[in-house]
Amino acid sequence: MAPHAAEAMEGDARRERLRLLALSSPAFLLVFVVLLIPVGWLFFLSFIDKDGFTLSHYARLWQNDAYFEIFRVTFLSSFLVTVLTVVLGYPLAYLLSQLPRRAAIIGLTVVLLPFWTSLLVRTYAWLVLLQRKGLVNSTLMSLGLIDEPLNLVYNMSGVVIGMVHIMLPFMVLPLYATMRSIDPGLMRAAISLGAPRRKAFFTIFAPLSLPGVIAGSLLVFIYCLGFYITPQVLGGGRINLVSMKILENATIYSDWGAASALGVVLLVVTLLLFKAIQMIVPVDRLMGRS
Amino acid sequence: MPTSLTRHRARKIGRFALPVAVSALLATSALAADQITISSWGGNYQEAISKAIWQPTAKELGITILEDSTNGLADVRAQVTANSVLWDITELTIDGCAQGQTEGLFEAIDYNVVKSEGFDPVVVQPTYIAFNYYSNVIGWSTEKFGDAGPQSWADFWNVEKFPGRRSLRNDPAEVLEAALLADGVDPAKLYPLDLDRAFKSLEKIKPNISVWWSSGAQAAQLVADGEVDMIGAWNGRISAAIKAGAKYKFTFNQGLLIADCLAIPKGVKNKDLAMKALAKAVSPEILANIPQYIDYGPANSKSYDTGKIPPELAKTLNTAPENAAKQAIVRGDWWGEHGQEARDRWAKFINQ
Repeated sequence: MAPHAAEAMEGDARRERLRLLALSSPAFLLVFVVLLIPVGWLFFLSFIDKDGFTLSHYARLWQNDAYFEIFRVTFLSSFLVTVLTVVLGYPLAYLLSQLPRRAAIIGLTVVLLPFWTSLLVRTYAWLVLLQRKGLVNSTLMSLGLIDEPLNLVYNMSGVVIGMVHIMLPFMVLPLYATMRSIDPGLMRAAISLGAPRRKAFFTIFAPLSLPGVIAGSLLVFIYCLGFYITPQVLGGGRINLVSMKILENATIYSDWGAASALGVVLLVVTLLLFKAIQMIVPVDRLMGRS
Repeated sequence: MPTSLTRHRARKIGRFALPVAVSALLATSALAADQITISSWGGNYQEAISKAIWQPTAKELGITILEDSTNGLADVRAQVTANSVLWDITELTIDGCAQGQTEGLFEAIDYNVVKSEGFDPVVVQPTYIAFNYYSNVIGWSTEKFGDAGPQSWADFWNVEKFPGRRSLRNDPAEVLEAALLADGVDPAKLYPLDLDRAFKSLEKIKPNISVWWSSGAQAAQLVADGEVDMIGAWNGRISAAIKAGAKYKFTFNQGLLIADCLAIPKGVKNKDLAMKALAKAVSPEILANIPQYIDYGPANSKSYDTGKIPPELAKTLNTAPENAAKQAIVRGDWWGEHGQEARDRWAKFINQ
């Protein structure tokens, strides 16, 4: 009798698993079709030319030091944007998380408001503000604070300003979600046991909010690596990122091999970077996956 | 070697072209004997070219000309390699045409039917012919320099005589030519371009370039907002900004003429009719219509003898004989062959 019951239960469990699998299969299929197949195809193309297997696309990247510089600038700008969004987003998210829910929702709506405007419009708006005869420079000059217009755009600062503005909500949302879930009782307990507010914040709240910082940083950093329109418009040709070279190779020369090789290198370098970060920071544990 | 490489590439692209092929099959059933399809760049530009060239051509030949829009050579390549050509005549940039000729994507032009008199021989090629020109010219802010702006690329490179913010195109095409002219190369002896000399000349001006523009619209915005004091940009864009109130002027001195060209993709169903339509389209009389609709110069100098272009208008056109004489022609055939090499060096140059 007993073995039969165990078998029946096992069978039930198996059916349950199959049912779950069947339910999630559309999502799996979607990921497979729109993510795995194209990435695999990209990988394949980057090793192929007229004679079959080749490393020539990679050799070309290796031999032209321009590509090293392009990768350096791509990672540097992504890093700067990530740091600045943390610096700007953290206090904002903290403030929102301490507000009553109703007020916080209004605050979050304001944070999300830029999403209602097209990326292109927001980018050109920065151009209007930052250029030589733009609003910022003309205001500063009429106030007599500067004599010559500042170079705010068509360089790294313009690119970073524009990207930070666009990426900020991607930082604030995960931060807010994490901070909301921190039990306010913990801070009260620390303070009631005699910790000064500042100390309670840094020893209790800040470490507990780290998963939000990491989630937001990953989101912003990865998104920035593929940024195209904003750096193209605000960089004035002096800031060249990997995305622009991929487009050039794919559209001007129909050179899918070279474009794919760039994409693969970007992907691999990004993965290696995260592996390295993971070794320094215990990301898994912080994200609650021990 | 290069041919087989590009051919292989073409075949690879061919596989992506299935949707095009399917629509081609649907289209062939509707093909009539006296009907052809052309393709151009879409938008306002195509609207103007349609009124200037294709509608009159259709009317005079008594045929129907359907229009489609193209993204360039990759589209033609896909159609030819999939053996399902949708377009009887296609418009391309001059380096696209040169590249396509190298890849064998076009039918030979029958110059007994198409009359090439009045064209610069450089743009009369076995499989393509130019039909209009735009120019990369030197423009300057009149607020900064009045009427006495830079009159040559050497002036543009001279930062003591003409201090101020500068902008050039973010592409080696046209800019390498400008760099060589600035360095004193004889306009008649520009080609083959001396890459070492051109990049050496560019290194000198690079610290003074505030913006490398990457689209015509961006160049127009830089002019309109007075963001730069001088610019090397396409004449139509500068003149449009001036018409809209920008305090700018430009000169055709040392301008660089860039052609757009027409070609017949290989394997068209109705080659004879396509040839006849092409011949009509590039005739001096039809080409002379272009300036009425858009700021592009007809490629055939005989258009200026037709009486259709008033002398006042001719003065503003880049291909009018007195203006054309001050300029140099950008050689698409050179760019078709050396474009990738030049652009690889450009990437290095711009990132250092």
